[in-house]
This record gives sequence, structure tokens and C-alpha cells, in this order.
Amino acid sequence: MNTIFDHKLAKGVGGLLPALDVPEQGIEKLIPSSLRRTHAPRIPNLSEPELVRHYTQLSKVNYGIDDGFYPLGSCTMKYNPKINEDLARLPGFANAHPLADEDLIQGSLKLLYEASRYLCGIAGLAEVTLQPAAGAHGELCGMFLVKRYFEERGEEKRKRILLPDSAHGTNPSSATTAGFSATEIPSGKDGMINLATLEEALDDTVAAIMLTVPNTLGIFEERVLEVTEMVHAAGGLCYFDGANLNAFLGRARPGDMGADIFHFNLHKTLSTPHGGGGPGSGPVAVAQSLVDFLPVPRIVKDENRYRLDWNSPHSIGCIHSFYGNFGVILKAYAYLLLLGDTGLREVSENAVLNANYLQESLKQTYPLPYERLCKHEFVLSGKGLGEGISALDIAKRLIDYGFHPPTIYFPLIVPEALMIEPTECEGKETLDSFIEAMERIAVEAKENPRLLHEAPQYAPVRRLDQTRAARQPILTYPFDER
Amino acid sequence: MTHPTQFRYTKEHEWVDLEGNHAKVGITEHAQGELGDIVFVELPTVGTAVKKGENLATVESIKAVGDVYAPMSGTVVEVNTQLESSPETINQDPHGAGWLVTLEVSDLSEADSFLDAPSYEQYLAEG
Repeated sequence: MNTIFDHKLAKGVGGLLPALDVPEQGIEKLIPSSLRRTHAPRIPNLSEPELVRHYTQLSKVNYGIDDGFYPLGSCTMKYNPKINEDLARLPGFANAHPLADEDLIQGSLKLLYEASRYLCGIAGLAEVTLQPAAGAHGELCGMFLVKRYFEERGEEKRKRILLPDSAHGTNPSSATTAGFSATEIPSGKDGMINLATLEEALDDTVAAIMLTVPNTLGIFEERVLEVTEMVHAAGGLCYFDGANLNAFLGRARPGDMGADIFHFNLHKTLSTPHGGGGPGSGPVAVAQSLVDFLPVPRIVKDENRYRLDWNSPHSIGCIHSFYGNFGVILKAYAYLLLLGDTGLREVSENAVLNANYLQESLKQTYPLPYERLCKHEFVLSGKGLGEGISALDIAKRLIDYGFHPPTIYFPLIVPEALMIEPTECEGKETLDSFIEAMERIAVEAKENPRLLHEAPQYAPVRRLDQTRAARQPILTYPFDER
Repeated sequence: MTHPTQFRYTKEHEWVDLEGNHAKVGITEHAQGELGDIVFVELPTVGTAVKKGENLATVESIKAVGDVYAPMSGTVVEVNTQLESSPETINQDPHGAGWLVTLEVSDLSEADSFLDAPSYEQYLAEG
């Protein structure tokens, strides 16, 4: 595949400069020779049509939610309504300068303030910061809040974070990055937290538990109230990872389940672009006991005026420039207004309905190690499907059928895991064609395994050498060899 | 038998080769197979004191990141630095050239709970 520097024929220049209308000075007079470059800059020399074709070709070999079904478990790859984009491009928002005087951006501040209130309502918690740039950044912010909370209480000995083995994958690294040590708690046979195991792990060195509800098996922690009660009784805090909020949006609130801290992924649950189309946004909501520690600045409303408040002496500080990814928060706000209370409840209802429809249909063909009513996602196993067939083979074969593969090899507690999350956006026809593809792949795995091992055959590129990519990544463009 | 009989094993899929008070530690053939192609290994520095059950090393494959726990308490006296540039050695020879660290152990009785090769393979079979 060509990069923009590989176009052999490209010799044109895309831009036309206007005629010079001042006397020419000459570069020698303007810039001392010590500061002048000795080689021409490496800028691709493409004409406008060549440039347009380059990017159009790239877009054609890409695959996104606007192309088709994207059941990437734990990622909530839902459709991004185009009205969000229209609103984000309104000149008053798009051209607002981040350093503009507060009087000139009252509309933007009002939007941020109202978005905060809506998010607090969804979380059932007291306050929220909109600063974190994405989910893992929100987790890190949450861990800093936990740390500050115990520092202020003189309980620095609380250095451990408990993590169920079905928790979201970034949790251990967020805890460790914030200076805690992670203690893993094995799930029970039912895929949920075992209270006896939890009891054993709890002592006065535990700062918090990081819970993913529903967990990465797509199972709702039925004993969540007991879990948060036990952690609180032991003096710890409860952090809820919001990656799976699509499962209970508008139906239940983390604050009511005992959460002290909860992060949102606006790029998952609230429909803003995700992955390469980002950036993301990971607001963090907290209970009253943690409000004083939230990052600065905070957005406050005095009568009818909005302002940024930097006066918060106990704050953990600033964790993102200005006030987070404003454009993303704006799109999420548009989505909240578009759907309203009823619409948001329907989102989670349909996300759960779609997931259970797929689970019920596919468990006839693929092993389902943790079988119960799922929430927004579920985890099948690709083990035993055929001689030498791996989850990776199944995922690659799905590409040949025109689908984005599900998440594979996560969570680790399911061998050859295939983690499937359809979201609420898909109709029955799409789900049925995915089921049909999965069933055909299961037959191929037995009758013609070569089709799986050699997949994908019909994608722009064949099977990539992911091991070499990880062991010997080439991160620079080798200009000198060309 | 895939797993050498002179080694002892843990349920966390580590092997231990105990000689006097020196314990050489690696991950088992079964563990490397489950992890798949290993792309990165993080080893402790020589002189690090570890307690049984604490994190000793991290092994990262294309599928997952796995913690290796200290099977016994002691001090790290030797690490396999070759793995930093050739992590694939663990896949190729997990019970030999793919060893991770050698510990000078402080309490030999900690070895009492280890499995021998037939018991470890039976443990794997029971899944």
C-alpha cells in the first residue's frame, strides 16, 4: 500500500501562490544563513487531484461503522449521528477560541455546564469533571482522586487496588500508573465476584475496588450492592468503569449501586466518533465526598452567568489543557438532547435485546462458557471448533464475509474468547446475516479449515504478521532508502 | 511427557529448577502455548528482594500480558537478559534457554507445595 511519499509520478504542486505585491527582499537578507535549512523539506509533491485520489483510495480500503456491522466487544461501536457533526461545525462553537474572554463564550460554557448536569443525572453522582481525554485517562484521573482522598485523611497506607479478573483491561495499568499496586480477584464459577474471595482480600491497605459493571463477560454483577457495602465497610472506595454503560443507560445509576467514582466514555455510550475518528472523552463523576478533589478549572454558574473556577485548594490539579475535548462533549450533548430520557432508556433496552438475540442464536454453534442472560455483550469461545482453529482464524474469516471482527482473546478467563457487542443500532436483518456468517464459518472450520487459516482472502491486505509488527515495529519512514 | 520431570511446577504455570538454595524460574511449555508469540519481557533487576506470590516478571504476547509471580521468596541473583532482545526464546525453548530469573531462596519449605511433572500435567488435563 502506497504512502503519500510513494507516488512515483507525483511531480506537481497543489497550491497556486498569488503574485508578489511588495518588493522582493531575498531570503539571504531576511534569515541568517545559520538558521536556513540546507535541504529542501520533505513535502510530498502532489497535485490536487493526486492528493484527493490518494486519500479517497485509502478511505476505500478502510472499514468503519459507516461501512457495516462492527461488533467489537467492550468498545460500543455505535453509529455516530451526522447531526452531531453539523452542530459541532456551527461557527459559534467551531471558531470559539479557548482563551476567549468568558463573556464571549457564555454559550459554550453553558453547554459544558448543562452537559455536566446531565452526566451527573445519568451517573446518580454529585459532580463531574469533563476534562479527561478518554476512558483510561478518566480511570487515571479517578485513581488520582482516590489517592488525594486518602492523603487528606492521613491514610497513605492504603496502597492496593482490587481488580476482578473480569474487569476492563486498562484498570490495572491505570491503578499502577497512579502509584497503587493491583490485586487481582478471581471470578466465581458464575462469572461474578465471589464475596468470600473479596472478604479475604479486604483489609486496611485497600484503597479502592475497580469494578466494571456489567463485567467484561457482559454479566451484571448481581451482588454489586453487597460488594460496594463490603468495600465501604473496610474503609475503601468504589470505582466503577463506565465502558459498559450502554448496558444500563437510563435504567440504573452507578451512584445507587454504591459507586464513589464513575467514568463515562462519550465516544462509546454517547455516540461520538471512536478509534481513528476520535478523539475520545472520558468525564469522571464523583460522590459528594470527593467533589473538592476534582480537577480545575470547574465550571460554575452564578445566577445567569457561567465561569471557570480555578479556586479549589484541594484539587488534584489540571489534567487536560483548557476544558477537555470540547467538540466531543458538544456532540455527546447533542445526542443527549436528541434522545431525551425515553430515548436513552431505549438505547440500553435495544442494546441488551440485540446482544441476547445474538447470544441465543450463536450458542447453538459456539461454546458459551458463562451462560446467563447477558447485558450489552457476551463472550463465546472459539475453542474446539475444529483442528487447529483459533479465535484469530474465526475473526479473520469474518472479514471475508464483510464484517468487522469482534474483540478476541479478551477477557482472559475465556479461552479463545470472541467478545461480541452488537449495540442498539443494528436491525434484525444485519444480526441475522452475522449469525449466518458465523454459522457458515463454524462449518468451514470442520470441513475446510484452510479457508480460515488463510483468511482474509478478500480484504485489501491478507493476514498481517502481527508478531513481527510487535517485535520489530518500523516507526519511521525510510526516506534515505528510497 | 512435555514437562521435564526434574522440575517442580506451580498452578500459575511456572517451573522451578531447585539446586541447593538457588531456584531457576521460567514459564511452562503449556503457558507459552496459551500466550502465543511472546513479544516483550520485563525482568526484575539483580538484587531485587521478592516475596512468594509477588510480581516477578511480566511477559507480553500478541494476545495478552501475563504476570509471572515469584514461586518462592528470595533475592534475584541472575536474570536472562537475552530475552530482552529475543523474547521469542521463551516460545522456542521455555524449559531451557527461555528461563527468566534465578532466585537465591530464603525458605526452602516453600517448595513443598509445588507439583511434580505428572501432577502438573494432570492439573492441566483437569483444566
